[in-house]
Amino acid sequence: MGFLLFLALLVFAWQGLYWLGVELLQWWKPYALPSPLGVAKSFLDLCQDGRLFEAAGNSLLRGIAGYALALAIGMALGIIIHQSKYLQKNLKPMVLGVQTLPSVCWVPFSILWFGLTDQAILFVVVMGSAFSVAISVDNAIQNVQPIYTKAALTLGADKRQLYFYVILPACLPELVAGMKQGWSFAWRALMAGEVMTTSVGLGQTLIMGRDLADINQVMLVMVVIVLAGVIIDKCFFLAIERRILRKRGLL
Amino acid sequence: MALVLEGLCKRFGNSEKDTLHKIDLKVETGEFVCIVGTSGCGKSTLLNLVAGLEQPTQGRVLLDGEEVSKPGADRTVMFQEHGLFPWLSVIDNVKFGMRLAGLPKEEQEKKARHYLEMVRLWDYRDYPIHQISGGMRQRTALARSLTMESKVLLMDEPFSALDKQTSNRLREELQRIWMETKQTILFITHSVEEAVYLADRIVVFAPDSGKVAEIVTVGLPRPRHVYAPEFVDLRHRILEEVRGEAI
Repeated sequence: MGFLLFLALLVFAWQGLYWLGVELLQWWKPYALPSPLGVAKSFLDLCQDGRLFEAAGNSLLRGIAGYALALAIGMALGIIIHQSKYLQKNLKPMVLGVQTLPSVCWVPFSILWFGLTDQAILFVVVMGSAFSVAISVDNAIQNVQPIYTKAALTLGADKRQLYFYVILPACLPELVAGMKQGWSFAWRALMAGEVMTTSVGLGQTLIMGRDLADINQVMLVMVVIVLAGVIIDKCFFLAIERRILRKRGLL
Repeated sequence: MALVLEGLCKRFGNSEKDTLHKIDLKVETGEFVCIVGTSGCGKSTLLNLVAGLEQPTQGRVLLDGEEVSKPGADRTVMFQEHGLFPWLSVIDNVKFGMRLAGLPKEEQEKKARHYLEMVRLWDYRDYPIHQISGGMRQRTALARSLTMESKVLLMDEPFSALDKQTSNRLREELQRIWMETKQTILFITHSVEEAVYLADRIVVFAPDSGKVAEIVTVGLPRPRHVYAPEFVDLRHRILEEVRGEAI
């Protein structure tokens, strides 16, 4: 409740600033400062012709597809790295290094490979997220307490049982945290990709706002991008995380 | 003869001397053998070698005549830190080894019940691990080890992390359970009292040498009482040996 009030006050102050700075004193040009009412109008316009939903839907689907691919690749890579001391010593630092590359830097490379296509965006999403997933998978497995492994081995576990019945559940909390981080990387990479290409999506709607010098549309799309990211983070990942931790008495 | 150690040596990495030096030991089926010594005497290393969690530098471990090289359910270990899985309930932890072995569901259920009743935890079977006390966790771990009906059960200071009362209570229960099951047990402890209370034979490690100082047969009838004069005498005699000095 307190938060909603805070939000209302903020919106109110923002509208006041717009009214004062743009309309009354004419300090700024109307295209330089968005206003809550303008954003709301832009929202209604974009809803009416269904463009916002189409864009958001496309982006979400693309994001989920790219993220799923990144998860599969990242997990496989993480497990492979974990299997071998040699790879851990030599490949992991490289993966860590590539992970520091901002995902937008993959865009030129991706466009040269795939052109201005959906695949180009997917590629950026996968590159932006898979390495972070791989690193967290390797870390999560490494942080499993040795006592669990020892106990399972002396209870007769073979290698497969050790992985599925002990290591996987033992590292689950950390794994979910890693997946969550992977998603936030994927979502950022997705926007980087969409901004640079022409497929219908939130990123492209954002750029269209710039081309039309419509700062309210730009602002609106930014808000939608934030909301979508937050909602998925809270409703999906946080819920799973809390459930796992509560079951183990860690919350 | 259930378990035979032959000239067992272990030297770690760049160490100058053996952590364990030429240990020979035979444990009969149904026997309760305690290994006692101060910390750093190599007793836990011995248990890890028997468990197959580590490999000897020389010598070998034989179980029913077969050489041991890796961990297995025929030598289940009960650890000082219970090693229970926090994502499973009490009963699912107890069933864990049986599940790995692919036992039929009804049999898992039956055995889990049998051993949970034996450690008096049947009423707590559905509790998550984090909601039961330290003593109950060790009892769960004991029940889990017992379900394996191993050729030899290895216990690595299982009561050392508990408070004195709980630990005394648990060793009484262990004595009762051992008298019921006649499970072969190799039990590591630093407590001479615990060893004299539980063991048929006590393997006394000399401090810092990695060698056995003496093997003592405890002739006292069970159930034993820690204040009986013979108990106190034996305890004192072994304590001297463990410390490597006269008291």
